[in-house]
Amino acid sequence: MIAAGQPAPDFTLRDQDGEEVSLKDFKGGKVLLIFYPFDFSPTCSDQLSLYQEVKPEIEEKGVTMLGVSVDSPYAHKAFQEKLGIDTRLLSDFEPKGSVSRAYGSYLDAIGMSNRTLVLVDEDGTVAWAYESPNPGEFPSANVIFDALA
Amino acid sequence: MADLSSAPVPPPGPDDHVRGEGDMAIVYADLGCPRCAAAWADQSGRPGRIAFRHFPVASKHPRSPALHAAAEAAGLQGRFFAMVDSLYSDRGRVDDPHLWERVERLGLDLDRFEADRRSAAVAARVRRDFESGIRAGVAATPAIFEVG
Repeated sequence: MIAAGQPAPDFTLRDQDGEEVSLKDFKGGKVLLIFYPFDFSPTCSDQLSLYQEVKPEIEEKGVTMLGVSVDSPYAHKAFQEKLGIDTRLLSDFEPKGSVSRAYGSYLDAIGMSNRTLVLVDEDGTVAWAYESPNPGEFPSANVIFDALA
Repeated sequence: MADLSSAPVPPPGPDDHVRGEGDMAIVYADLGCPRCAAAWADQSGRPGRIAFRHFPVASKHPRSPALHAAAEAAGLQGRFFAMVDSLYSDRGRVDDPHLWERVERLGLDLDRFEADRRSAAVAARVRRDFESGIRAGVAATPAIFEVG
């Protein structure tokens, strides 16, 4: 997993609406990258639903949340609509998991991202990173606020 | 905006919703959550005190905020747990007309219930519990903390 103090690898991925999103678009603000295994999985649904509940408080701290998984933009769109969330979901679809790999979050044996949070600061440096012990667990939002304190 | 960084679970207070006798468990639960409903049915009749704390996750269960507000409004008329029991035991009937039926069955004042469940005070009360759960690391419901 990428570590605090390292430069955050730039990327360009398509979101749930097919729009290109680059990390550098957010320079000057903080970005929370939420790597997660799969759209529609029970744990991913719980995680993104919970974070939606505190999204205003996260944004209040100048942070943009971006979800990242290996799913397609079409799956992301359906997942976003199913959950009723407005967090942008980025498609790390082809080459599969390339951004996840760059951040050290990819699980080769399973073919998906682990559940990893990466906070990128205003100048594009990793400020904090957290990896769940296993993909079946996700951290509550308090760890995000601890990192932002 | 509230501080949502890590903090211990707040100890039971005078305005917590508590029932039972003996050792206490604090339960963060979502009234729209099927797992919570199953756990609630499972614990019924067991000894011990339970402090119920609100943890509605609206994007997961869109009706949850309304149900938690309804329970809190019923609580203002002394029937918090009666409403919670009713909501968990009949999860298919949680729209407004079904809430009004419950209000009638529980002998509550409907006008007061309607005003209370839409009040800022009730929303703040529910949110206060939710935020304490976030700070305590609650990630999914039901989350149970034994406090003895």
